[in-house]
Amino acid sequence: MDNSAKTPLLAPGTWVDTYADYLFNYAVSRVNDADMAKDLVQETFFAGLKSAKNFEGRSTERTWLVAILKRKIIDHYRKVNSKKGQAEVRMSFYDSGDKEGDWLEERVPQSWDNETEKSVENNELKSQLEICIQRLPPKQGLVFRMKTIQEFDTEEICKELDISSSNLWVLIHRARTQLRKCMEENWFNA
Amino acid sequence: MTMKMRLSCEKATLICTKNQYGEATLFEKIQLMIHLFICAICKRYSGQNQTLSSLFKMKSADCKATHKCLSSEEKQALQEELNQHQE
Repeated sequence: MDNSAKTPLLAPGTWVDTYADYLFNYAVSRVNDADMAKDLVQETFFAGLKSAKNFEGRSTERTWLVAILKRKIIDHYRKVNSKKGQAEVRMSFYDSGDKEGDWLEERVPQSWDNETEKSVENNELKSQLEICIQRLPPKQGLVFRMKTIQEFDTEEICKELDISSSNLWVLIHRARTQLRKCMEENWFNA
Repeated sequence: MTMKMRLSCEKATLICTKNQYGEATLFEKIQLMIHLFICAICKRYSGQNQTLSSLFKMKSADCKATHKCLSSEEKQALQEELNQHQE
């Protein structure tokens, strides 16, 4: 290996000015927490410095940093997932026996009062929606946000999070079933 | 033909959700239609799911309209951390 001929491919001195906003925006749309996103961007820069010598210039500097950030985001979700475990997941259907796949009595959708009136745009509605989304288990929340709010392709999400598409739909289905219940209790029939 | 046409409510609602994103297959759509014909609870769910979709669209539009950035103070702090790290 010829190190003497090596030209500086990376310019860490300019990273903050050039990429901080882009990476922050990328992170915040996936973790939905500005402080956490800031930390992830910082960790990405640190990791970038550490492994700068391995950068071969086969991709652009930005692509390379985004790849590091992606790994950080996935690590972040692994951490929160293992901490909270499955405790928060509320089932909506019988999961065994004769009634397997039927609605659990207490989770049966109720009819909504003045639905059309209550679904018109207003700020209170939006903040209630956000509260309900934040109550989702982290992985459900991430996949739901990416698919529904960021409107990413199914394939893209599966690739990024390394899950199958049937896995993705189960997560989104559970998320939406929780959200329906949460909005019913706190908004439509509150 | 032993293809199972009868769906559980859990599977029907999952297809209903897939359909909200336009990603249910034709066969799934037919299965769902049959289920909704015989199941009032899932029919209600399906209508509400649609209402939720319109709320999510609103949120999505909102979210896309706001581009989030770091403040210059935050960037400066980040730069200083990075400088220290480099030494």
